[in-house]
Amino acid sequence: MADKNRRAFMGKILAGTAGVAAVASLYAMKRTWDPLPSVVSAGFTTIDLSPLEAGKLSIVKWQGKPVFLLKLTPDIALDVNRDIVIGENRYTVVIGLCTHLGCIPEWREGEKIFHCACHGGQYDAHAKQTFGPPPRPLDIPPFAIQGTSIVLGEEGPEYKKMTAQAKA
Amino acid sequence: MAHSEKAKSLGEWFDQRLNTTGFIKVMMTEYWIPKDINFLWAMGMVLAFTFKILLISGIFLLMYYKPDVDMAFDSVNYTIMQEVGYGWLFRHIHGVGASLVFLIIYIHMFTGIYYGSYKRGREMIWLSGMLLLILFSAEAFSGYMLPWGQMSYWAAYVITNIFGGIPLIGDELVVWIRGNFYVADSTLTRFFMLHVLLVPLAILGGIVFHFYTLRIPHVNNQKGEEIDFEEEANKYKADRKKVSKVIPFWPVFMAKDIFVLSVFLFLFFYLTFYHYNFAMDPVNFDPANELKTPAHIYPEWYFLWSYEVLRGFFFDIAGLKAADIGLVAFGFAQIIFALMPWLDRSPTVAPANSRPYFKVWFWLMIVILIILTVYGKLPPTGTNAWVGFYSSVSFILLFLALPFVTTKEIAATNAHKQNGGKH
Repeated sequence: MADKNRRAFMGKILAGTAGVAAVASLYAMKRTWDPLPSVVSAGFTTIDLSPLEAGKLSIVKWQGKPVFLLKLTPDIALDVNRDIVIGENRYTVVIGLCTHLGCIPEWREGEKIFHCACHGGQYDAHAKQTFGPPPRPLDIPPFAIQGTSIVLGEEGPEYKKMTAQAKA
Repeated sequence: MAHSEKAKSLGEWFDQRLNTTGFIKVMMTEYWIPKDINFLWAMGMVLAFTFKILLISGIFLLMYYKPDVDMAFDSVNYTIMQEVGYGWLFRHIHGVGASLVFLIIYIHMFTGIYYGSYKRGREMIWLSGMLLLILFSAEAFSGYMLPWGQMSYWAAYVITNIFGGIPLIGDELVVWIRGNFYVADSTLTRFFMLHVLLVPLAILGGIVFHFYTLRIPHVNNQKGEEIDFEEEANKYKADRKKVSKVIPFWPVFMAKDIFVLSVFLFLFFYLTFYHYNFAMDPVNFDPANELKTPAHIYPEWYFLWSYEVLRGFFFDIAGLKAADIGLVAFGFAQIIFALMPWLDRSPTVAPANSRPYFKVWFWLMIVILIILTVYGKLPPTGTNAWVGFYSSVSFILLFLALPFVTTKEIAATNAHKQNGGKH
C-alpha cells in the first residue's frame, strides 16, 4: 500500500515537472517566432508633401509597408474624416494595402479610383471602399504635421482628431 | 543473452536477430488485398513513390538553395538553373512533382468518395488521408515561397493575411507568423525550415499512420463487398487462388501497382522534360518586390477551387462583411471533406453509380469543383465574379444537403426492396 502511494506520488511529481517544462518550452518556442526588437522599433519616417503634384500618386515605404501620398485636385470634395489639410492643400495619406487581403491597389488617375487587382476591390480618391470585398477604407497611418512635412509613426493632434471623428 | 545457433547464411543471421521472415510475412506476403479492384487502387503507391521523388530531388536542391531575401532568387534562377550540373533537372522534377502529387491526391481522394471507402469502420483511413492533404498543402505553400519571385511573395502575403481574419488576435497573429510587419527575411527563413524539415517529418509520420489505419478495416473493393479476410486468405494459402477473393500485397498486388506506376512515370518524365513550364509560373521569374503587387494573383491549380470559394463572396450580405463571409466559406471548404463519413448517412458501401441519389450528388460535386477551379484562375470581375459567387454557394449547399440526400436514398432503396425490386 505504502509502495503504491509512493509510486503514485512519484508519478505526480514527474507529470507536474514535465508539464511545467512543456509550458516553458512552448513559451520559448513562441518567443523565437516573435518579431525581433530591431523590427519592432522600426523608426519614424518624415516626408515633405510640398513637392507633390495634384492627382498623381507617390508611394513611400514606412515600416515595410507602402504608404500612398496623393495631393487631391480641387474638384474632389473635402472629407474632414480622411483628408490631411496643410494650408491650401489637401492630401490623402493611407497605407497602400487593400483592407481585404493586403494586395497593393493601383491608382487610376483618369477614373480617380484605387483599384485592387487581386479581388477587384475599388476605393475613391479618399481611399474609401466603393466596390468589392474590402471591409473598410484604406488605413490612415499615425501621422504628425510639421510645417509642410508629415512624420509617419507619430500620433499628432490632427491624427487624434481624425480618429476621434471617425469613431463618433 | 537469448539462445542462438550459428547462422548458415547472411539471411539467416539477420532472421535470428530481426525475425525478417516473420516481418516480411506480416507486412508483405501475407498482407491481404481484395482481388476485385482496378487501377485506381494503385494511386496510394503512386503517391508514396512521387513523395520519394520529391524528397530526393529536394535534397539535391537543398545543397545550393539559400534562404535569404537577397540570395534566394539568384540561388534558384542562376546557381541551380545555370551553374549546377543537372540542377535544372532537379528543379523541374521538384516543380512537376509538386503539381502531379496533387493530381494523384485528388484522384485518390475522389476514388475514396466514389466507392464509399470512408465509412463503416474505414473512418480513420479517411481522416488520416485528410490530415495528409493538409500537410501536403502546407508543404506546397511553404515550398512555393522559396524561389522568392513575385508570385512567391504575394502568395505568402495573401495567405498569411488570411489569419488576420481570426477575431481578436488576428492582427498580432499575422505579425507573429511573419516575424515582421510584412513578409520579410524572417518569414522566408522560417517557412524554409517548415518546408525542408518540420512538415516533411510530419508527412512521413502521416504516411506511416495512413498505412496503419488500413490494416484493421482492410482495403475496400470495387463492389464494397464485405470480405472475411481470414477465410479468403486460407483459401489462397491452400492454393485455391482462383476462388479466393484476396491476393497478397507482395508480389501479386504490387505487380499491378508497379505497372500503373510505370505508366504514371512516363507522364511524369514527359512533363519534366518537355512541358515543365506548366509548373513554372512566368510571373515568378520576376524577383519579389514588396511595393508592387502583380496585376493578377492566383495560386497553383490545385488550390484554385478553395481560393475561388474564398473570394466568391464579394458583397456584404445581411450586415456581414464580404471578406468575413469569404473567410468562413474558405474555412468550411477546408474541413468539410474530412466530415464525409458523417455527412453521408447511408450505411451502403457501394460505387456511387449504383446509388440512385448519391450518384447525382457525386458528379454534381465534381462539376462544381471544376467550375471553381476554372474561375479561380480568371480575374474576378463582371460575370466571372457572379459565376464565382453562385458556384461557391452551390459548393456549400451541396455539402449541407448531403445528409438529407443520403437519408432520402435509404428510404427510397427500402421502398424499392419492399416492392420486390419492381416499380
